[in-house]
Amino acid sequence: MTLRPRARSRGFEALIEWALFICALLSIGTTAGIILVLAIETVAFLREVSIVAFLFGTEWTPLFATPRFGVLPLVAGTTLVSVIAMLVALPMGLLSAIYLSEYAPPRLRRVIKPVLEILAGVPTVVYGYFALLFVTPLLQRFIPGLAGFNALGPGIVMGIMILPLVSSLSEDAMQAVPRGLREGSYALGATRMQTSIRVVVPAAFSGITAACILAASRAIGETMIVAIAAGQQPRLTWNPLVPIETMTAYIVQVSLGDTPQGTIEYRTIFAVGMLLFLGTFLLNLASAWLRERFREEYG
Amino acid sequence: MRLFVDRAFQVVALAVLCLALMALGALILDVWQDGARRLTWDFLSGFPSRRPENAGIWHALSGSIFVILVTAALAVPVGVAAAIYLEEYGTRSLMAKLIEINIANLAAVPSIIYGLLGLGLFVRGLAMGRSVLAGASTLALLVLPVIILATREALRAVPPSIREASYALGATKWQTVWHQVIPVALPGILTGTILALSRAIGETAPLITIGALTFVAFAPDSIWSPFTVLPIQIFNWVSRPQPAFRANAAAAILVLLALLLTMNAAAIWLRDRYQKKLT
Repeated sequence: MTLRPRARSRGFEALIEWALFICALLSIGTTAGIILVLAIETVAFLREVSIVAFLFGTEWTPLFATPRFGVLPLVAGTTLVSVIAMLVALPMGLLSAIYLSEYAPPRLRRVIKPVLEILAGVPTVVYGYFALLFVTPLLQRFIPGLAGFNALGPGIVMGIMILPLVSSLSEDAMQAVPRGLREGSYALGATRMQTSIRVVVPAAFSGITAACILAASRAIGETMIVAIAAGQQPRLTWNPLVPIETMTAYIVQVSLGDTPQGTIEYRTIFAVGMLLFLGTFLLNLASAWLRERFREEYG
Repeated sequence: MRLFVDRAFQVVALAVLCLALMALGALILDVWQDGARRLTWDFLSGFPSRRPENAGIWHALSGSIFVILVTAALAVPVGVAAAIYLEEYGTRSLMAKLIEINIANLAAVPSIIYGLLGLGLFVRGLAMGRSVLAGASTLALLVLPVIILATREALRAVPPSIREASYALGATKWQTVWHQVIPVALPGILTGTILALSRAIGETAPLITIGALTFVAFAPDSIWSPFTVLPIQIFNWVSRPQPAFRANAAAAILVLLALLLTMNAAAIWLRDRYQKKLT
């Protein structure tokens, strides 16, 4: 290891710092790039379709001879699948987190946590396969009216996919609750369940909420499970048994065809993407804000 | 009574946890049952075909590996450099704080949005076409926040005394970082990077969005050639109604999972070696 003389290295040091700074700045560039690309095409789209017709229209048929550009059916599809996913992931994830944080012996935790991480690391296309060819056929045995493509199967599988996220972030929040609170509760004669539910969970509430919001954002942006197993029929319904289409699945559907640049079909995916970006962005922001507040409480 | 409720609650919570783990078991078992008999050497080394029993995955497997290598070449230097800046240089500036918030936010942007960015910026804007380079650039932007976060974690774990000793010997900031901090943090950086890349190798949506083809009959030979990857091939086969193609999809999933398992095992092995060294 040779150390350079100071005089020569001063300029070099400054150069290095600049290069590193440019690399860090690239992340701001990425955000700017996303907003710019989405905005340019969305503005071009809104020149041909009024924003009211886009946001509040109830028919989405952009590939038909007489196209309609009402995005509500896609929004409804996304909401429906996400709600089902959250109904699975929230109770299961929270119970798992309580068990891992308050009950499980350390040895068991060390085994279970990596397995849950594996569950989070399975590629989504694999979950799509699982939803279409395992979960839906299984559900069809109990629900005769269930179509081959539906919102229920992918919703449940998506819930399993985001469960580790809910569980590990909630557990982190519970672990951050000071021991003294628990000990106070035990000293008053409370059982572990009473302590968990009445002391630890309320104390970690903002952290747990942040975890749930992040999970919802993940569900809304999830693509391959719904593209494979939910169908491609945009329809405004709350019925989980029939084929629907989500915003993400629509983007995939158009991308699979060879849509020329500059056409309105091409621009629809950016307009839908813009809506998706704004929705998840607001959720992520809310989650980050809550996490920050939680950190201030117990940091 | 109270104690009974407590015990019952514990059993229910454990049962729920087991249910989640059982889902993982069911998934792997289901895929194995559907696809194991298709796993032959011909399948691994073959090319796509209209007849499912002749189809192979070499084009997609080599595409996946090629794309990931280019992604790593693009994302790792930039990600590590950005993390070094945030952790060692600009820690107190307003700009650094802004970049930090921005990175946390980028990590939660849905991957398909990166696909739209890649389509608008790389495929059309920079006229890269539907090439390996466009796909790898898109994935590089996608994994960049993950690599930055992991690298910062690794840098933070380096004890300050090492830096102070280096300064005391008259080393400059960069000399300290390059000769002292990075070598100590390297295993942690590698682990985080491998985990980030293993996430990228399973990504499907962004590559479909930039228009990676679903039917490419050859292995990519340069960064400008069109390509397909394993997850896209799986998607393509799963979308066909014939059961024989679905068996192919299951077999391809097994190959993808094996690839991921290898990468994760490598990351865990590195982490364990590193932890032993510290104690």
